[in-house]
Amino acid sequence: MSAQAPLAPAPAQGTAPAATFEPVIIGFTCNWCSYRAADLAGTARTKYPPNVRLIRLMCSGRLDPTFVLKAYAEGADAVLVTGCHPGECHYIEQNYKALRRFRLLQRTIEALGIEPARLQLVWASAAEGVRLANEIARVTEEVRALGPLNWPAGNMVDLDAFNLDAAWEATGGDAGGPPAAPDGANPEHAAVAR
Amino acid sequence: MCQEKCPKKVLDEVFEAGLGYRKAIYTPFDQAVPRTPVIDRANCTYYEKGTCKACEKFCETNAIDFNQEDKILTLQVGNIILATGYDLFDARKMQQYGYGRLPNVFTSLEFERLSNSAGPTNGHIVLRDGVTEPRSVAIVHCVGSRDKNHNSYCSAICCMQSLKFAHLVKEHTEATIYEFYIDMRTAGKGYDEFYQRIMEEGGIFVRGKPAEITDVARTPEEEGKLILQVEDTLVGQQRRFPVDMVILSSGLEPRADAKELAVRFGISCSFDGWAIEKHPKLDPIATMTEGVYVAGCVSGPKDIPASVAQGAAAAARVLGRIQQKQMNLEPIKATVHAEHCSGCRICNTMCPYNAISFDDVNGVSSINAAMCQGCGTCVAACPAGAISGSGFSDEQVLAQIEGLLRVGADGLALRRSAYPETHHDEIEEAVRA
Ligand SMILES: Cc1cc2nc3c(=O)[nH]c(=O)nc-3n(C[C@H](O)[C@H](O)[C@H](O)COP(=O)(O)OP(=O)(O)OC[C@H]3O[C@@H](n4cnc5c(N)ncnc54)[C@H](O)[C@@H]3O)c2cc1C
Ligand code: SF4
Ligand code: FES
Repeated sequence: MSAQAPLAPAPAQGTAPAATFEPVIIGFTCNWCSYRAADLAGTARTKYPPNVRLIRLMCSGRLDPTFVLKAYAEGADAVLVTGCHPGECHYIEQNYKALRRFRLLQRTIEALGIEPARLQLVWASAAEGVRLANEIARVTEEVRALGPLNWPAGNMVDLDAFNLDAAWEATGGDAGGPPAAPDGANPEHAAVAR
Repeated sequence: MCQEKCPKKVLDEVFEAGLGYRKAIYTPFDQAVPRTPVIDRANCTYYEKGTCKACEKFCETNAIDFNQEDKILTLQVGNIILATGYDLFDARKMQQYGYGRLPNVFTSLEFERLSNSAGPTNGHIVLRDGVTEPRSVAIVHCVGSRDKNHNSYCSAICCMQSLKFAHLVKEHTEATIYEFYIDMRTAGKGYDEFYQRIMEEGGIFVRGKPAEITDVARTPEEEGKLILQVEDTLVGQQRRFPVDMVILSSGLEPRADAKELAVRFGISCSFDGWAIEKHPKLDPIATMTEGVYVAGCVSGPKDIPASVAQGAAAAARVLGRIQQKQMNLEPIKATVHAEHCSGCRICNTMCPYNAISFDDVNGVSSINAAMCQGCGTCVAACPAGAISGSGFSDEQVLAQIEGLLRVGADGLALRRSAYPETHHDEIEEAVRA
């Protein structure tokens, strides 16, 4: 959201990522551990790259897979899921459920053609401000090396072939969002539909 | 009475730090709560040989019961204050200081007992032989603290405690006193004034951490002494100080079972093992777990005034909660919208608190608001989107994602990855139209 880390313009398909590419990463934190770790990093004046934008959940168990897919669809280059260490979840064991969802999501995004490194899981206790900061830096560098998230051409909506005007007419001209894409072709669509 | 009459003397490794005796029937220390004597079975003559019962004979109130067994009490409580304190750094780990090998190297705790008028020597400061008064005493600060090989943190109490020791040695003996310090840390009301006073009393302060304490003499004056080898960092020279007695100001460490304790009470602790407060500045006595409080050194090294203040604060906080008569619950709860619930029961097994029950008549799940702690796992699991979590609803989180990724000049989302950039204008136009 800050002007300092603008979304880099997506390079044309097939070209190497620009040297200045700044990835945008959405990080989900758990209220009790990783969010506190991030807070601690702040109190201790430990720096981490501004590329990660954190969203607080009460527990990693609250992480709806939709949130992850939505983040990709909205333009995030990667998603970082964080939570309490196994055995330390504030709600007893919900991070194990998060772990299961994470594994399923890993397979899902691979099937969608997204590199596995664009979805990462980090456990961080409330004391691990420095560790969380280091992990954020590591993930940022890994994603920077991968370049921007470009959906494979096969999954793209071919907007040239798509008649925007016709679609517009078809909706009666009163729809609010962007014109509907053919079913399943638009990953964002798939994500939000639920 | 019983303690007086008991014939069995036992070396007291705990309170007297191995410098004094207690009886087989004893109170751990004068201020112990409850101040009731206990029988140490392993050392009691009656349990060993079947005869004695001296304590029973002399007890006027017939309070001795040899058949008593250890009991585990289960108590139902709504609030818990953890004030389990610290362990002392084991000075044996720093072999170069010779504790346990060189008799006249003492730990801070041993010195506390030596200098205490109720202690094993009635407050006479003497060497390990029990009679000789030292003519020179070295006090070594930061033993095991501020040390990369041991604990990197400052134990906070040792500078002041070392100054107290210097004062006590001065008060009780004629000895010359050397303090070996890395930095003097005397923050606190009246604390630096006390430091100034010790300097006026003639304490000699050497800035440097001793490399070694040895009994191997190099010169005739060093013969029969303990010699501290140290780089005096103010002079910039290696120096040797021969003394009669050395006191090691050992640092504070989390208790050996600190991590176990944290898991048992559902709180977190740092990598070292100090309990983590709800907020280090704004709520230093509460923890992340409702109803569990911390006071004193369990959350980190601190001196007695700070520990007492925290103890009082925690007690007051708990009293407040008890007197409320009503519990304030966190507002973050999950709710099932029955009209959307298909009765699949996926959420039923998700809840760690068994807050979700299934209504067989209506075929829908429902959540008990008093039991729900608001983790949101069921919210994420519901395939019909029928459960909403207050404060963290799908709409709220999805809006946050959108908001965080929204960077267009006019506030329109650039769905960069989903659409090639060349089409952003078209999309925006379409959205605007
Ligand atoms: C040699 C020495 C000298 C000192 N001199 C001074 C001084 O002059 N002035 C000063 O301000 N500070 C001094 N201090 C520091 C002082 O000792 C601490 O600040 C203070 O003791 C902290 O109090 P506490 O209640 O947090 O912990 P503690 O005093 O350590 O009390 C913790 C208690 O909890 C009990 N406990 C632990 N685990 C459990 C369990 N699982 N179940 C039940 N009970 C348990 C322990 O047995 C212990 O009784 C000195 C420290 C040392 C080592
Ligand atoms: S939010 Fe968590 S605690 Fe509340 S009902 Fe759902 S699973 Fe149980
Ligand atoms: S509370 Fe942190 S992962 Fe559950």
